[in-house]
Amino acid sequence: MKWVRVAAIVFLVAVAAACLLADFVVPASYAQQFRDLPDAAPSSQHLLGTDDLGRDRFSRLLYGTRVSLLLAPAAALLSSLLAALIGGAAGFVGGWLESCVMAATDLFLSLPWLFLLITVRAFLPLNVSPVASVVITFALLGCLGWAAAARVICADARTLCGSDVILLARASGCGGFRLLWRHIVPNLKPVLYAQFWISVPVFILTEANLGILGLGVAEPLPSWGSLLRELESFSAFSAQPWQFVPLLLLVVTISCFHLALRKQEFWA
Amino acid sequence: MRRRLLLSVLLVICLPGSTGAQARSANQLRFCLGSEPKTLNPLLVADDASETIRYLTGGVLLRLNRQTQQMEPELATSWKASRRGNAISFTLRPNVRFSDGTPLTAEDVAYTVERLMDPALHSPTGDSFRASEGKVVTQITGKNQIAITFPAPIVGLEKLFDQVAILSAKSPKKEMAVLGPYYVAEDKAGSYLLLNRNPNYWKHDAAGRQLPYIGSIRLDIQQNRDIEMLRLVRGEIDFINSLSAEYYDKLVAQAPRMAFDTGVGLDSEQIWFNQVPGAPLPAYKKAWFTSTNFRRAISLSINRQDLARVVYRGHARPAVSWVSPANKFWFNARLQPHPFDRKAALQALAQDGFRLQGGTLRDRAGHDVEFSVITNAGNKAREQMAAMIQQDLAAIGIRLNVVTLYFPSLIERITRSFDYEACLLGLVNDDLDPNAQMNVWLSSAENHQWNPSQKTPATLWEAEIDKLMRMQASTEDAMKRKQAIDRVQEIAWQQEPFIYLVNKDVLSAVSTSLRNAHPVVLRPQVYWNIEQLTLGTEVARSR
Repeated sequence: MKWVRVAAIVFLVAVAAACLLADFVVPASYAQQFRDLPDAAPSSQHLLGTDDLGRDRFSRLLYGTRVSLLLAPAAALLSSLLAALIGGAAGFVGGWLESCVMAATDLFLSLPWLFLLITVRAFLPLNVSPVASVVITFALLGCLGWAAAARVICADARTLCGSDVILLARASGCGGFRLLWRHIVPNLKPVLYAQFWISVPVFILTEANLGILGLGVAEPLPSWGSLLRELESFSAFSAQPWQFVPLLLLVVTISCFHLALRKQEFWA
Repeated sequence: MRRRLLLSVLLVICLPGSTGAQARSANQLRFCLGSEPKTLNPLLVADDASETIRYLTGGVLLRLNRQTQQMEPELATSWKASRRGNAISFTLRPNVRFSDGTPLTAEDVAYTVERLMDPALHSPTGDSFRASEGKVVTQITGKNQIAITFPAPIVGLEKLFDQVAILSAKSPKKEMAVLGPYYVAEDKAGSYLLLNRNPNYWKHDAAGRQLPYIGSIRLDIQQNRDIEMLRLVRGEIDFINSLSAEYYDKLVAQAPRMAFDTGVGLDSEQIWFNQVPGAPLPAYKKAWFTSTNFRRAISLSINRQDLARVVYRGHARPAVSWVSPANKFWFNARLQPHPFDRKAALQALAQDGFRLQGGTLRDRAGHDVEFSVITNAGNKAREQMAAMIQQDLAAIGIRLNVVTLYFPSLIERITRSFDYEACLLGLVNDDLDPNAQMNVWLSSAENHQWNPSQKTPATLWEAEIDKLMRMQASTEDAMKRKQAIDRVQEIAWQQEPFIYLVNKDVLSAVSTSLRNAHPVVLRPQVYWNIEQLTLGTEVARSR
């Protein structure tokens, strides 16, 4: 299945290149409104047609991909690191620390985040540039998304601490930070990778949902989330299949990341 | 045995009736309600679905003809309002019976008014009659005559009776005994309501045939507009009362004979600046927002034609005033929409010391002109309008930040904290009488959005509006009132505390099998003449 991996890598490189070179590739700015051509079908001028305001969908897709591919993994990395730190420490130390951390995690998971996010938005200033708004959104997601992953990592770390490998390491005099760094963390990597990759599409979709609460990416900056929100008005009555392109790109890109990185994961 | 049972279950599942595509009985009208009615008590109506039931089942003394916008007699054959506007007397139609056979008497009207004004009932309809504290007196002056006296004058008193469905004082069925064309025969919670023709309905056509023509109405509860459209095209329902521009265009592409654009409606979309003196805004921004030149410049920079054409797909008109052109009597026809003119906008700004430098507009003190506009998240049309205004203002060097907020958060900002700069919202208007907007235009009013609850008017023009609005509320002379409202519209047009953007068209969809449907701009758009509507089969039979 080597060719599948190669194809996935080629696809990801192509997507990354298209995003980085978007300024040279796109026919128009993502914000430019061609008001005489709203909701147009794909054509040679507008490869994916135009949206309701006449903005070129292809341009918006490339810029949206750039925003989401940069910030969603960054948020996922932040939440995975927090989960590793909190869950790993709790699982490794065990005892009262684990009980306290898991109780705190349960409390964190049970909080009504929807209302808390609305409250957070109420405290944010109104005059925020679109770029700042998207950074704030993903930073919030990164800071809030660690709890579920922390539980998984804590359970895995606890199991690992009781395993023969760690027992042998301890018997050979390895302990403390060295045991954690050389034996526990490397064995937790597959779980961390999995949590990371699960988080990326979840954060992208969460960003789309937050837009409904006014917390998402501000106009006119596009993101995968804001592009996916267009599907809210998808109508079976008069379908426009090209509206699904952002969804397709999201699914294929995430799948390609899985395929491309599977080998490294196994090595870990 | 088990196999036979399975087959039976499959058959039941496959039957049309279990999939929502139920076989319809002859002469039954069908349409969808977006939600379940919250009440069947006509005095407690506060939502659209309940209002639909009230309109179809309630008998009223007077009815506003939705087409001519004139009051017409219904259960009252004649009426007379006092010159002061605090009393009205009715002569009732004789020999009228409720749906259960109970006769209509003046006692029923008195009972209805008593219930309506009962503070313990908290009737939203009754609130319209509460101009001041005091008891409402009803006096039965003859067999079919009743006089009602209110403690204070009520502007447009007779029009309010369009909403008052008369209840029976004696019927054991209470509010389920009705005087309207239909009565509620079945209410299956969350699924549908079935209304049957009132056998005692008093109206007859010219040929002496009892109205309404349609035997029953089935109202399916359906929140999904997409499914509603599909059902209309399949012939499972007969009309959709209100369509979005997007769905209207899709329908025109597939079934143009079903689509109706009735023209501009009463609702408006507008933007306004925060002019509250105590708002947590920098002083230089307050100075911008309170400047008529600044507001006029913003207004001139917005391409309203594009908003109507792109956001509402041509099914809207640039707005002129707080009274819609659909309001035939009260609209000031001398006013024209503000033009889209960037040059004039920059000239207006120059008068206040603003200058365009390197593509950025700066005020006299050198501050970049940047402000935010808030609107409610999830409202696609408003989000799109904000994005278009953002681009229009960028062309004169103004940076506009669009912020969509959860609706309660938005309301908190515009009514309590006043922590906002500009707001884009709409006004849903059901009432033709401009007096209904006293709570917006009086400077002391809580809904005087740009600067609410003023102790004394902040500006001379607001003081003039206060005077004119109070004057029109204190007279029953229609022409004097019209002059006052015209002048208020002129002042609002000149000062632009609200920058009116568009008035949306009223769009409906009507099946070709439904006859005599003439959609109008006033609610209920399609079935306002429910008694006259016929279905294809019924027409054939009556001929």
